[in-house]
Amino acid sequence: MTVEVLDRPSGETPAEAALRIADCDIHPSPKSLEREIYPFLEKRWQRHMERYGARPRQPFLNGPAYPKGQPDAARRDAYPPAGGRPGSDLAFMRTQHLDPNNVGFGVLNPLKSGQGLQNLDFADAYCRAINDWQIAFWTREEPRLKASIVIPYEDAAASAREIGRCAGEEDYVQVFMLNRTAEPMGQRRYWPIYDAAAAAGLPLAVHAFGFGGAPITGSGWPSYYAEDMTGHAQSSQAVLTSMIFEGVFDRLPGLKMVLIESGFAWLPALCWRLDRVWMRMRDELHRCRRRPSEIVREQVFLTTQPMEEPRSPRQLVECIDWIGWDRLLFATDYPHWDFDQPDRVLPAWVDAEKRRAFFRDNALRVYGRQMP
Amino acid sequence: MTRHVVAPVSEFPPGTRRCVVLEGRRIALFNVGGRYFGLLDRCPHQGGPLSEGVLTGLVEAGTPGDYSFSRPGEILRCPWHGWEFDLATGRSRFDPRRHRTRAFRVTAEPAGDLRAETVPVRVEEDHVVVET
Amino acid sequence: MTALPPGAIDCDLHPAPPSVSALLPYLEPHWADAAGHRGLHELETIAWPPNAPLSCRPDWRDGDRRPGSDPERLIGDAVEGFGTRYAILNCLYGAPMLYSEDMAAGFCRALNDWLRAEWLDRDPRLRASILVPPHAPELAAEEIERMAEDRRFVQVLLPVMGETPPGRRVNWPAYAAAERAGLPVAFHAGSAYRHPPTPVGWPSYLAEDYAAQATAFQSALTSLVAEGVFQKFPDLTVVFAESGVAWLPAHLWRLAKYWRGLRMEMPWVDRSPEEIVRERVRFTIQPFDAPEEPDAVARLFDHLGSDDLLLFATDYPHWQFDGMGALPEGLPADLVQRIAVDNPLSTYPRLEEGEP
Ligand code: FES
Repeated sequence: MTVEVLDRPSGETPAEAALRIADCDIHPSPKSLEREIYPFLEKRWQRHMERYGARPRQPFLNGPAYPKGQPDAARRDAYPPAGGRPGSDLAFMRTQHLDPNNVGFGVLNPLKSGQGLQNLDFADAYCRAINDWQIAFWTREEPRLKASIVIPYEDAAASAREIGRCAGEEDYVQVFMLNRTAEPMGQRRYWPIYDAAAAAGLPLAVHAFGFGGAPITGSGWPSYYAEDMTGHAQSSQAVLTSMIFEGVFDRLPGLKMVLIESGFAWLPALCWRLDRVWMRMRDELHRCRRRPSEIVREQVFLTTQPMEEPRSPRQLVECIDWIGWDRLLFATDYPHWDFDQPDRVLPAWVDAEKRRAFFRDNALRVYGRQMP
Repeated sequence: MTRHVVAPVSEFPPGTRRCVVLEGRRIALFNVGGRYFGLLDRCPHQGGPLSEGVLTGLVEAGTPGDYSFSRPGEILRCPWHGWEFDLATGRSRFDPRRHRTRAFRVTAEPAGDLRAETVPVRVEEDHVVVET
Repeated sequence: MTALPPGAIDCDLHPAPPSVSALLPYLEPHWADAAGHRGLHELETIAWPPNAPLSCRPDWRDGDRRPGSDPERLIGDAVEGFGTRYAILNCLYGAPMLYSEDMAAGFCRALNDWLRAEWLDRDPRLRASILVPPHAPELAAEEIERMAEDRRFVQVLLPVMGETPPGRRVNWPAYAAAERAGLPVAFHAGSAYRHPPTPVGWPSYLAEDYAAQATAFQSALTSLVAEGVFQKFPDLTVVFAESGVAWLPAHLWRLAKYWRGLRMEMPWVDRSPEEIVRERVRFTIQPFDAPEEPDAVARLFDHLGSDDLLLFATDYPHWQFDGMGALPEGLPADLVQRIAVDNPLSTYPRLEEGEP
C-alpha cells in the first residue's frame, strides 16, 4: 500500500485496543429541548426560552460568533442514523465511540447550557436543568459516563448553591466552567465557586469557549474561526495566570483544576514565563506564595485535545516530558470535528507505562474513580 | 494491477458515492457529474473515513480577499479535521507532496472485456471498474 | 557566560520617554500650545511604571531619574557595556495610545524628531525605530515616509496590542509604507489598552499584564498570518520585540494544525504558517523565558527549527537578566554569531550601510 503517512504514528498499536481508556471530554446534546430539557426547567423559563431565546454576549441568536468549519462543529460521520444532532443519541455514541475506542470512563461536558447567558436568573435555571438532564438521560443509562456540574459562573452565589445541590450525587465528577469569563477567573467575585468545589472535593474543570464579552485578543476581534480556535490556548493561559497570581491555589491547596480543550503544548513556556515574572514582582503578587510552576505541578491538569501537531512527533513527546506524564488527561472531544483518535495521537514508541498514565490513570486519579 | 468490477453504470449515477472493499481495503468511490474517482477510505491524518467527507471545490486566492472557486465537487474534505484532498490524485491541498491518500483509477468499461467478480456483469451495459 | 562576538547588534533598548516639557520644542505649534494650556499629563504607559522592578535593573537605575533617560548612561551601560556595534532604540512612549488620531500622530512626530536630535545625533552607534499611531495607518504611512529619509531609522514601531488585530486590512497602509521604505515593522510588548489585555478581561496585577504580553504576541502572529499580510507584502519583515520566544514552537504547532483543517477560510495562506514565520518574522531574544539548563535550551532551539529567528537584545534598562548574561548559556558559537550579528544585519539592511 502506498499511502504516505509521514511523521504520523502508524495507527496499528494494539496496546490501545487492549487498554480501557478515559475520555475526559465528551459533548452530549439533547435530542430535543422540549422532550429532554423542559421537564427540568420551570414553565416560566420555558416560556422565556421560547420568547427571548438564550442570549449570550455575542451577536447571533442561533449559532456561534464565528461560523464553524463544518455543521455543528461536528465530525460529519457523527450524525446519528436515527436523526438528531451529533452527541444526542446514546446508542450511537456507544457504537461509534465508546465501544470501538474502548472508553471505560467518559466525562460529559455539556456546552449548551445557561453558561454565559446575559440573564443570570435564566442562566441559573438552565444550568440546573442541564445538570438534571445529564443524570436522567445519560449517566443513569450508561455507567461509563459521568456528569459535570454546569454552573452560572457569573453569579458565584447561585453557582455555589448549585454545586451544593448536586454534590451529593455520585455521578457528578467535576464543577464545569467555560474559560471566557467576564473577568479573569482568579478574581475574587468567583471565589465562592472554588470554595464550594473544594468543599465538595470536586475538581474545577475549565473548558475552552465562553462568552465573557472581551475580545479573544488584546487587539480586538479577529476575523476568522481559525483564529478564534487558535485563541483558546491564549485564553487558557490567561485563565491559569489569573488563578495562580490571585492566589486561588494558595487559598485552596486541595483544589484541582482541569483545563479542557485548549491543547497543552503551551504550558511549559507559560510556566517559565510566570516563574520569572513572579520572581521579579513577588511583592506585587502577595497572594501567590508558591512558584507558579510548582503550583501547576501540584494542582493543575490538562486534557489533551486538540493535541498540537508538530511535524516531528518526537518534539511533542519532548514537550510532554517537560510537562510531566502525570499531568495530561486524554480526551477526544467526541463528537466534534477536531476530535483526537486515541490510537493515533502518540507515537508507537512511547512506553506502556506512560501510555497508561496518559490514557487512563491520570484521569482516574484526578477524578478519584475506578474504571467501572 | 487488478481490475475490479464494482457496479453497472446505471446503479452508480452522478452525484452518488459508495464504499467497496477490495483486497481487504475500503475504497471510497465517487461519481461527480459522470466522472469516477476512487480514494482509499482512510485519511492519512488520523484515519477518518473519507467516504463520509463533503465534496466541495477548490478555494484559492492569489492575494487576500481575492477568492476564486473552481473544480466544484472535486475536492473532498475529510469528515473529521477537514483536510482537503484532490479526488483525482489523493493529494492534500495544504501539502500535496507529503500528505496524500491513495487514489485509484476508476473507469466505465464495456461489459465485453470484463469477467464477473463479486458484481455480476450484464452484457448490455458498461460497468464501473476500479484498478488496484 | 556566553560571550558576544565582535560587531554584535543590540536590537531592543529603551530610552525613557521624554517629559511633555522636553518634547515641547519638537511639537508643532498647535500641539505645543495645547499641551500647555490643557495641562497635558506625561504620556507614560501603565505597562512600565518607572519604579517597578521589571522597568529597570537595579544597577542601571540612576537615582530618581526615569530609567533610560540619560543617553550617556545608556551608551555606557549598554552599548559600551556589551560592546555592541549598533543599538536600536525603541522608545515606549504613550503617544500611540492617545485616542485622537491627529494628536497621536502629532506627538509621534515630535517623539521621532526628539529621538533624532537628542539621541541619534549624539552617538554614531545609535539607531532608532519610527514610532507611529496604530489606529491611524494613513498617518502612520506619512510619518514612515517622512522619517525613512534618515537612514538611522531602521524600522517602524507599533505596540503589539493596538485597536484592531494587526493583520486586519485596515492596518495595511502602514505596512505598505514600511515595505516601500525597506523597513521592518516591529511590534513591541505593550498595549494601547483599547481592549482588555487578556481574552478574559482586565487583570489585577502588572505581573499579569506582563505575562499576557506573550499571549498577545501569539494572537498577533495568528492574525498576521491568517489575514495574509505576508502574501500581500512579500518584502516586509516583521520583528517581535520583547515578545518572549519560548512560546513560539507550541503556538506554531497549533496554528499550523488549524490552518491544515481550515485553510479554506484563508486561501491566500498557501504554505504552512511555520514556514512563513521562519522566513519572515524575527524575535528579539530578551526576555528569554526558557529554563536555564543548556539541555533544555538546546531542545527549545531544536523546536524553534531555525537559527535565523532570533535577534540579540539587552532590552535595556528592563530587568530581564543580571550581569552580562543577555544570551542563554551553552549556545554554540556559530549560533551566537547568527543571533548577535548575522540575523540583525539581514533583518535591518540599513545597518549594512554603515555610518551615514
Ligand atoms: S482524519 Fe482526516 S483530517 Fe484528520
